[in-house]
Amino acid sequence: MNKQEEKRRISCIVCPLSCVGEVSIADGKITGMAGFSCPRGQDYAREEVTAPKRTLTSTVRISGGRLPLLPVVSRQPLPKDKIMACAGCLSTVAVSAPVREGDVIVADILGLGVDVVASRDMTAREEPPGGMMG
Amino acid sequence: MIEQAYDVVVVGGGPAGLAAAVSASDNGALRVLVIERDRELGGILQQCIHNGFGLHRFQQELTGPGYAGRYIRMVGERPNIAVLLDTMVLSVAGDKTILAVNPRDGLLKITAAAVVFAMGCRERTRGAIRIPGSRPAGVFTAGAAQRMVNMEGYLPGKKIVILGSGDIGLIMARRLSLEGCDVKAVLEIMPYSNGLTRNVVQCLEDFGIPLHLSHTVVGVHGKDRVTGITCAKVDDALRPVPGSEFDLECDCLLLSVGLIPENELSGDLGIEMDGLTGGPVVDQLRQTSLPGFFAAGNVVHVHDLVDFVSEEGETAGKYAARHACGLSSSVGRLARIMASDGVRTAVPQVVRLDDVRTAPVRLYMRVARPERRVTLRLLSNSELLLERVLPVAKPGEMVVADIPADKLRAIGDVVTVVLRRQGGEQGE
Ligand SMILES: Cc1cc2nc3c(=O)[nH]c(=O)nc-3n(C[C@H](O)[C@H](O)[C@H](O)COP(=O)(O)OP(=O)(O)OC[C@H]3O[C@@H](n4cnc5c(N)ncnc54)[C@H](O)[C@@H]3O)c2cc1C
Ligand code: SF4
Repeated sequence: MNKQEEKRRISCIVCPLSCVGEVSIADGKITGMAGFSCPRGQDYAREEVTAPKRTLTSTVRISGGRLPLLPVVSRQPLPKDKIMACAGCLSTVAVSAPVREGDVIVADILGLGVDVVASRDMTAREEPPGGMMG
Repeated sequence: MIEQAYDVVVVGGGPAGLAAAVSASDNGALRVLVIERDRELGGILQQCIHNGFGLHRFQQELTGPGYAGRYIRMVGERPNIAVLLDTMVLSVAGDKTILAVNPRDGLLKITAAAVVFAMGCRERTRGAIRIPGSRPAGVFTAGAAQRMVNMEGYLPGKKIVILGSGDIGLIMARRLSLEGCDVKAVLEIMPYSNGLTRNVVQCLEDFGIPLHLSHTVVGVHGKDRVTGITCAKVDDALRPVPGSEFDLECDCLLLSVGLIPENELSGDLGIEMDGLTGGPVVDQLRQTSLPGFFAAGNVVHVHDLVDFVSEEGETAGKYAARHACGLSSSVGRLARIMASDGVRTAVPQVVRLDDVRTAPVRLYMRVARPERRVTLRLLSNSELLLERVLPVAKPGEMVVADIPADKLRAIGDVVTVVLRRQGGEQGE
């Protein structure tokens, strides 16, 4: 069988040493690894090559709020190749104030099993602006 | 004119100011006031909607607004902390009289027993780096664009070039890509990025955005609106190399070229300043050269981790409260911290050697250039106070080290901080 071996350079982001290693891949399987100084880096490189994940942070429109946008965050990291699709999905979402930090804005986004939640409180515009307190 | 009196007045309601207010309240100040010119508390964090904040302080990855929210709640839980929003501090006098203005109350005169400066920093603009070319619309600082995109609901452009590869520039490259913009390139004048590797990977490589190191903008084109820029390679002296120019078509140029501590108020008071950090000279209590005036956060030196900003705010607030309660110690011997040989800045710049000798003194340092396997050494009276091997040191990441309490007795008038390459050769 004619195995196609591919090498990928991966910058490790786990600790400040920032080792740049190389992962060899053949037929979708990892066949070798070099340049990562510790097991944590090897684990990171393995995941980065097989199933890379990213936390998504973005905004959605909010009506009646003190600001026109509400920042949101995915509760868990999402598959990297679905990040743009999820961002596109969020650009169509609009909610109404008030919202509390942690409120679910999009449940189970694109069926990936991850909720996208508000990352701050957003009071309604009618509420009196904070002046002297206490 | 409304007149009010407080024990501790904090100027600026970002993470430094909020931590200072909470800590002043917890350390005996009876009446604390936070003055913030923006429409809400939280400072720059409210526009930093990405995650990665709070790993030290809260042992979890929060977004900027999430981190700010925690401190805003802590402030709200303390009934002796008052907050004035939409209020700009105009001046602070040596007798701690503060003049501020807002649309509701007009001019306010506020007196304080102790003042904490926590005004943060501002961005360097196009004027600061003298880019030649015409002056069309479409040139923004990256932080201003961050506020537009994340809080106000505007995009600064569709085809973007970013100058500067610090974390703010990198994060905006990702943010604008997620919003559907075409980010053409990030240009960096230095031969290395000042941003975290994590941000280079997740903000540029993930989106296929090229990073041109040792490159800068030499021309901006367009009459009413930016239509493109010319960039060029630079030599070792950071001068553009003739013949290396190429054009990039874009309708927006974002500048992420550094932050300057916002010290008009402190400067006007005649507080001693550090030319390299751009902030006031402080001791380990974060007291400035004027007794009763304290400073914390980006107003002292530009931080990369907000966790350290909160820590510094806590210290400043605590000792401001003690000063207000008459428990201050502004007498006693002072030692200067001198950064040299590859160390660019060190904060605090002064160590006070009186009744605080029992606590270790934490130093925050920035190195001059990226180094691998160097030794950080602290010396005084030719005694070695501290020696630490740093596997890596980068200008963009603050180096933190503690002078142990038992070593403080050995300190003379000067403490020198140096980097040594392994093998004995100096780092510079
Ligand atoms: C654009 C930008 C992006 C950043 N992104 C990150 C990031 O992603 N991650 C990170 O860890 N750090 C980031 N930083 C660094 C960040 O500044 C610190 O982490 C932290 O927010 C600094 O806190 P601070 O309280 O010192 O300053 P700030 O958060 O800037 O707060 C200062 C406050 O003082 C107020 N103020 C100033 N002058 C006056 C006055 N005269 N009267 C009344 N109020 C006044 C301002 O309105 C502001 O709210 C960023 C900085 C900037 C400028
Ligand atoms: S491989 Fe290990 S030592 Fe190297 S950067 Fe990754 S975590 Fe750090």
